[in-house]
Amino acid sequence: MPSLDDLKKRISSVKSTQKITKAMKMVAAAKLRRAQDSAEKGRPFSEKMNNIILNLSNSITDKENASKFLVGTGKNNVHLCVVITADRGLCGGFNTNICKKAKNYFEQILKEGKTLKIFTVGSKGHDQLKRVYGNKIIEKKNFKGYKKITYKEAEEIGNKIIKLFNESQFDVCKIFYNKFKNVITQIPQAQQIIPIENLKNDEKEKSDNFYEFEPEENEILDNLLPRNISTQIFKAFLENAASEQGSRMTAMDNATRNAGDLVDKLTITYNRSRQASITKELIEIISGAESL
Amino acid sequence: MSDSFKFEIVNPEKIIFSSDVKMVTLPSFEGEMGILKGHVPIITFLRPGIITAEVEVKKFEEFFVQDGIIEYFNDNLVILSASVENVKSLSKEFLDDLNKNIQDELLKKDITDNDRYILNHKLDAIKDIRV
Repeated sequence: MPSLDDLKKRISSVKSTQKITKAMKMVAAAKLRRAQDSAEKGRPFSEKMNNIILNLSNSITDKENASKFLVGTGKNNVHLCVVITADRGLCGGFNTNICKKAKNYFEQILKEGKTLKIFTVGSKGHDQLKRVYGNKIIEKKNFKGYKKITYKEAEEIGNKIIKLFNESQFDVCKIFYNKFKNVITQIPQAQQIIPIENLKNDEKEKSDNFYEFEPEENEILDNLLPRNISTQIFKAFLENAASEQGSRMTAMDNATRNAGDLVDKLTITYNRSRQASITKELIEIISGAESL
Repeated sequence: MSDSFKFEIVNPEKIIFSSDVKMVTLPSFEGEMGILKGHVPIITFLRPGIITAEVEVKKFEEFFVQDGIIEYFNDNLVILSASVENVKSLSKEFLDDLNKNIQDELLKKDITDNDRYILNHKLDAIKDIRV
């Protein structure tokens, strides 16, 4: 049985932890609103970009000379996986979920005997992956110390990927990130960006060969597709930022609640043992008096 | 307002400008292009320059772009660009910096004709803004 003093210390320590988690929850809630806002504001750009690319790729007649970003290199041997995680922990399963999704995919690739290359964005993902896949990581990048991640940073990463692609370092590129569904649900996503797949079907699709292009379709695609990579990465950043805050908020809410439960339990134990020691002292006094 | 159409400028972070306009003049890659309502659907990309939108008669909004892609479809004009600024909000420092960068780039020996074409247009656009 711990002494009364020990219990008292324990209670106050749990209480101060609770204060911290509560503060973190509030901060995450405030940041979440902003992150969600910018994720929503960023959506039109990537949606419209998708639409244009869809229209363009539908009307391409000369498929042989089409951009490699659209049709791929014709091979499927080297896979580049871009794992986008946060730079901070204490956000529940946020980072782990992305890594789990990525690891499953890595195993599948390696089983098929293909070459795997990893590009980690965000320090938490790098920490989790470097133990097992350390020798596969060819690039890493984190944004510690950045207040806000802007399009410029996404472009920087996009340009790196494009450079690697132009040097024929890989054939297929996938990005891993968390898609923000709502505050409690974030879905880890694997999205293939080179070659492009799964373009959303839209009602506009029916209007094939309807646009006028200036210059040629292929020339526009050559110019547009590299830019689309940065756009997709930026979209992943925005979704990730919102997911991170949502995930942290839920995690910290749980932590606060658990700390509250613990404080209640400890307080009961504390009161019981206090009562026990009082009773014990009384018995000693009474029995002392009786023996006289 | 039967002769106006919807015009939007979108950057990766937000929608910068959205309004009904009468006419838009934009620097497409192969030359200046004026778009009025009922233009044929078109997709093209931009070279550096100034986009002028006539919101109402004799009332203009001007934007400086360095690159971007445009789509006109069904009386909707959309410009997607990562580098677009309202001319009114451009600072002198920004223009000076850009000007200096371009001059440096132009002096490099290994630039292609295409790069040079784009850089020269940037210079012209900056000059236009200053006047």
